[in-house]
Amino acid sequence: MSSTAKITVTVDGDQYIDTVEARTLLVHYLRETIGKVGTVIGCDTSNCGSCTVLMSTADEPARSVKSCSVLAVQADGATVTTVEGLAAPDGSLHPVQRAFHEMHGLQCGYCTPGMIMSAIDLLRENPDPTDEEIRDGLSGNLCRCTGYQNIVRAVRAAAGEEVAP
Amino acid sequence: MIPVAFDYLRPASVDEAVAALADGGEDAKVLAGGQSLIPVLRLRLSAPSLLVDLGGVAQLRGVREEGDALSIGAMTTHDEVASSPLVRRHAPLLAAMAATIGDRQVRHRGTLGGSLSHADPAADMPAAAAALEARYVLAGPSGRRVVSAADFAVDLFTTALADDEVLVEIQVPKMDGWGSHYEKFHRMVQAWAIVGVAAMVRRTDGVIESARVTLTNMGPTALRATAVEQALAGCAADRAAIEEACSVAAEGTSPIDDLTASAEYRRHLARVLAGRAVAAAAGV
Repeated sequence: MSSTAKITVTVDGDQYIDTVEARTLLVHYLRETIGKVGTVIGCDTSNCGSCTVLMSTADEPARSVKSCSVLAVQADGATVTTVEGLAAPDGSLHPVQRAFHEMHGLQCGYCTPGMIMSAIDLLRENPDPTDEEIRDGLSGNLCRCTGYQNIVRAVRAAAGEEVAP
Repeated sequence: MIPVAFDYLRPASVDEAVAALADGGEDAKVLAGGQSLIPVLRLRLSAPSLLVDLGGVAQLRGVREEGDALSIGAMTTHDEVASSPLVRRHAPLLAAMAATIGDRQVRHRGTLGGSLSHADPAADMPAAAAALEARYVLAGPSGRRVVSAADFAVDLFTTALADDEVLVEIQVPKMDGWGSHYEKFHRMVQAWAIVGVAAMVRRTDGVIESARVTLTNMGPTALRATAVEQALAGCAADRAAIEEACSVAAEGTSPIDDLTASAEYRRHLARVLAGRAVAAAAGV
């Protein structure tokens, strides 16, 4: 029994092997241990969804999770995709990133990484959502600038595109 | 914030988990999906010495058909419950209620067994289990035992689980032929229910043959609105008769006064939401 554990995690295509404290939150591991600072902490209360990443374990498809509400040790053996793993190697944007850019789906930009990851998760399940379904699907993500109109437009614009990261 | 340090075990079987809890004593805690526990740890409202993570026990996950019941593994996520074809067919109330929990991210991690074991009075799953008269399979050092939903829920955040027991399975009788509906009143989708009412109705032609009505957040545990159930038996399946029967929905309840609502307002909500839930379940 120990308060530390060795974990193996694949993040944005690279494998990491680290010994972490069991109490380390996945978001802290991503940001502070492996430097994935694109994933941000907004609220520290599990409400805002800024820290949303995609996570898959074993043979399950990748699903959105709030990385502040997952322990790094729970991600042992998992594959995680953050906003930093979306663009192609040549830098060209993922369709959802491009849609947020073109539709101006952000104001201050702080919620954007989480919004994009949640939008990808929603479009994976429902490739052609209505505005109502987009709002419901993104209800785990808050935009404190209240820029929701353009966020919904951005998701609608990306609908129908291949979104698997 | 960062949780207080704890030891961590990720057993691969129920027996290993039970043994770890027995060794860990009363400061050991079970980690299921973590969507209630991890926020609590982060706020340092709880500081267990040991977390026993059930995430590695594959046999606790999934929905199986067993005769006239469904067997749902305790670690099955809300998202899996909500989208399971078996649950949607034989216990649509449970699927519909699971789909109202938190948000997508929470439903991807949060589990049925975790929610029931946490026993938050504002959580939706206890009212679903009570309406469905679910049975809970608990595993402990001396084997397994089965308790009813009514016996499992003891008090606020308190269940029949002993310190060294694990909820492993929820057995849900198939409720084919019953209509069902959940009315959840909350300020925004992520928020807890201020009040929720689950209704199941079996009707023959224009008459309600029998009904089950359960309440979320109207007392320390999910409550059965027995007065409403009695008033509905043999009642005409029309809106006026249903509303009259539901006027006793707050009987025997003890709702709290808090920032979101007064106890009196909660009693009012219980009556109104019960009328809506039963009408929807009866298809009127």
